[in-house]
Amino acid sequence: MPGQAQLLPGTLDLLILKAVSLGPLHGYGILLRIGQISERALVIEQGALYPALFRLVRQGLLKASWGTSENNRRAKFYELTALGRKRLREETDGWNRLAAAIASALAAEPEGI
Amino acid sequence: MKFLAYLRSLAARFFHRSQTENDMEEELRSHIQHRADDLEHSGLARAAAERRARIEFGGHQRFKEECYEALGGTFIETLVQDVRFSLRVLRKSPGFTVVAILTLALAIGANAVVFGVLNGLILRPLNVPQSESLYGTEYGDGSGWQSYLNYRDLRDRNRSFDGLAAWNFAFVALDTGNHPFRASGFAVTGNYFDVLRIQPYLGRFFRNQDEHGPNSAPYLVLSYGYWHSRFQDDRGVVGRVVRLNKHPFTIIGVAPPGFRGTLLFVSPDFFMPIVNQDESVMNTRGRNDAVFEAFGHLRPGVTPAQAIADVNAVGADLRKTYPKEFGQKSCSLSPVGLSAFGRPVRAFVAGLMLLAGLILLAACANLGSLFAAHASDRSREVALRLALGSSRSRILRQLLTEAVVISLAGGAVGLLGSVALLGRLSMWQPFPRAPIHVPVTPDATVYAVALGLALVSGFLFGIVPVRQVLRTDPYLIVKAGPSGRFGRRISVRDALLVLQIAICAVLVTSSMVAVRGLARSLYDNFGFEPRNTMLVNVNLGMAGYSGATLPDMQKRMIGAMETIPGVERVGLVNNYPPLVYAAGSRVNVFKDETRDLSQSNAAAMPFRYDVSPGYFGAAQTSLLAGRDFTWHDDNPAPRVAVVNRAFADKLLGSETNAVGKYYRMWDGTRVQVVGVVEDGKYLSLTEDRQPAMFLPFLQSPSSQVYLVARSRRDPQELAAAIRSRLRELDAGLPLETGTWNSLLDVVRFPSRVATVSLGVLGMMGAMLSITGIFGMAAYSVSRRLKELGIRLALGAQRHEVLQAALGRAFKLLALGSAAGLILGMLASQVLASIVYQATPRDPLVLAGVVLAMLLLGLMATWIPAQRALSIDPVRLLREE
Repeated sequence: MPGQAQLLPGTLDLLILKAVSLGPLHGYGILLRIGQISERALVIEQGALYPALFRLVRQGLLKASWGTSENNRRAKFYELTALGRKRLREETDGWNRLAAAIASALAAEPEGI
Repeated sequence: MKFLAYLRSLAARFFHRSQTENDMEEELRSHIQHRADDLEHSGLARAAAERRARIEFGGHQRFKEECYEALGGTFIETLVQDVRFSLRVLRKSPGFTVVAILTLALAIGANAVVFGVLNGLILRPLNVPQSESLYGTEYGDGSGWQSYLNYRDLRDRNRSFDGLAAWNFAFVALDTGNHPFRASGFAVTGNYFDVLRIQPYLGRFFRNQDEHGPNSAPYLVLSYGYWHSRFQDDRGVVGRVVRLNKHPFTIIGVAPPGFRGTLLFVSPDFFMPIVNQDESVMNTRGRNDAVFEAFGHLRPGVTPAQAIADVNAVGADLRKTYPKEFGQKSCSLSPVGLSAFGRPVRAFVAGLMLLAGLILLAACANLGSLFAAHASDRSREVALRLALGSSRSRILRQLLTEAVVISLAGGAVGLLGSVALLGRLSMWQPFPRAPIHVPVTPDATVYAVALGLALVSGFLFGIVPVRQVLRTDPYLIVKAGPSGRFGRRISVRDALLVLQIAICAVLVTSSMVAVRGLARSLYDNFGFEPRNTMLVNVNLGMAGYSGATLPDMQKRMIGAMETIPGVERVGLVNNYPPLVYAAGSRVNVFKDETRDLSQSNAAAMPFRYDVSPGYFGAAQTSLLAGRDFTWHDDNPAPRVAVVNRAFADKLLGSETNAVGKYYRMWDGTRVQVVGVVEDGKYLSLTEDRQPAMFLPFLQSPSSQVYLVARSRRDPQELAAAIRSRLRELDAGLPLETGTWNSLLDVVRFPSRVATVSLGVLGMMGAMLSITGIFGMAAYSVSRRLKELGIRLALGAQRHEVLQAALGRAFKLLALGSAAGLILGMLASQVLASIVYQATPRDPLVLAGVVLAMLLLGLMATWIPAQRALSIDPVRLLREE
């Protein structure tokens, strides 16, 4: 699909952390939020989200609790832990540094060298 | 900390698996519902929306498994899951499961038993401190014996041992007050217990300083077992005086419970100082029956090779000093425990281990083909699981788990059986009068080995179907059903079956060779006739006779026995008759013209027997030339001898002109040959033709003799009659009676053990080949039922159906049997060294093996053949 980009490996975790940092969400909600904040530029296979969620819970970055969704259905809601917040900050900084470095590398002109 | 948390989460999920699973399931469902809600809002019907949501979600099962993996701890969880699933699958096919478990139980049980023996006799050291540096002397002629004087010189001159102790067997009459009974123990040197570094359980041990020359230390140490059974754990036994061969001895101590002397398969009743042995035995350098084994701890830093060189240097020195008396070949060292028996025992147990390993291999081949058949029957299930998104590695893992579950169950059953058998074996007393004890109580090593074998074999036969699973094309199989390609080309299963049958044929061949050898050894010519012969062992030393009174008393005993009704002939032989207790003595002899009587000039080393006039008649040893001894061949008379044919051939040219010729004894005495007798067996049933000489017993009296009585009377009656008649001469005579035939049990023992163990292994091999062929034939029939039905419907004859169904099984059987027969004949060359007259080139054995394999094939294919013949084509075709 034009305008849609494949996820780089390892970026799914960062996106999930970011999505959840704006407020507790259930799995489907996270998917929608990622679509929304990336302006539909990034697609994620729906089922692939869950192994990532379970992994983040196990690492202690997210915590989960059952609640009721806006559709009035039972759903499991995820929110950031303190550790998760810290990790999000670090990863965001790291990503920004990397992105800036790559961008400047790609922007380099022949005479600049 | 992280690890602890991991363990906790693992444990939580291990026990609350279903809750985690429900949770996960509900969450995924909730996701799909939410998505469906959104799709419904965009205008889809609810059912279509839900369907679309499910498709968009992707491989439900796959993500669930990935979630589990993300949760961590999947190895154990998957294992539990697999084990549960395996148990369900196995419960569905009980026949397969039971056959597989039994097969393995037999194979692993056999291995555990053989390994238990190996462990008890060879691997486990003697139960004393620092036993790893304890070495005993072993002489080149395979005997342990040496003379006491040689031992003393060796003890004082060697520079390798930290103290050298020695022991000998001691068979005595023990009198604790009321009645003398026979006891067997060890006569040991004063430093015996100090060299072994053990402490008494009660009282004290005798030591070097207790010895002051012959008969100086009348002390007795009891073994723990004997103290327990004969003295009822009486702690007051220390200090008690008992009579040993009528001489007073003081009990000074009890040995610790775990100590059973220094020969693994013998448990002595007591230990007495070696200085109390007969003076003539102790003081003659030529008497090699004074010390059975000398042993000690190697000094730190001394290697066994250095010690051997050192001991042989002392031996060479002694040979130079005492050229006439020193009759020892070179010496080597072996770990204390098996002494001179080490080599044959080790060879035999190693051979058994090899055969048991073959059994296990055959069982694995058998189970491998069973598993492959099982897996191909389940190819549809495997295909479905593949289609549903399960990975191949996951399916293989599950199949392997199934194999290991079976192998562990089989291993457990086999181990239980072998523990029971080993327990029986360690209680076993093969000879009522000998203190034989086989120390094979299983220990942790045996359990570990059985477990290891079970796991290894599980993996071995578990990987057989791997290729099959990897090749599975789910699409084809689900569409077309199991393929009918069976029987077109050589499959792994066929190769396994041939291998298995070959191994079984090897086992069957070797057991038949052994059984034939034993059967022959029972009816062979021993150079005497053991049937209808009663042996009476009388030790006049125990009854207080010595010196000149010995021959008189022995003469009177012969005379008394000749008057018993039914007794045809009576003779006497000093020490032991041929083949009894595998005991015999050999001496150097020289040609008459030899002047330099040193070891290297000896013409032969014949067995020596001192016999009475009439012995040859009683033993039915035929006299080929010359005369028997007479009562005038006594001490002042010239020295004479009767020799056997082998002796005559070797020293005197030939048997016909041997009579009248002279030869020289080890001390230079000239002896005239007065008779020649037939050859015989003297020490073991498997020995080659050996020279032997017979001397008149009146010229060298001994206190320990056997009387030989030939009679057709009932042995028990006869024994009673002999007892009462001899007790009339002296009521205190220690007598022991037994037929010559029954006393041959000891020399037949090795070949009997070999035959029984090979027979059992052969039977197991036969059973394995039956199940293997049966499995293959039954499977081939069931796979081709439809084809066979059609053939029948089209008018095929019964033999054609049979050929189609079972021809292949028989071809494989023939191939495997032929290979096994050839290998078995090669293997039997080894057997010939243990089992008397075992020859693989025996037409009866060949025919027997072929017949046995044919019968096995018939038995195994009978049921499948019946099934193939009873096919009702109409019903079969309608059912399809």
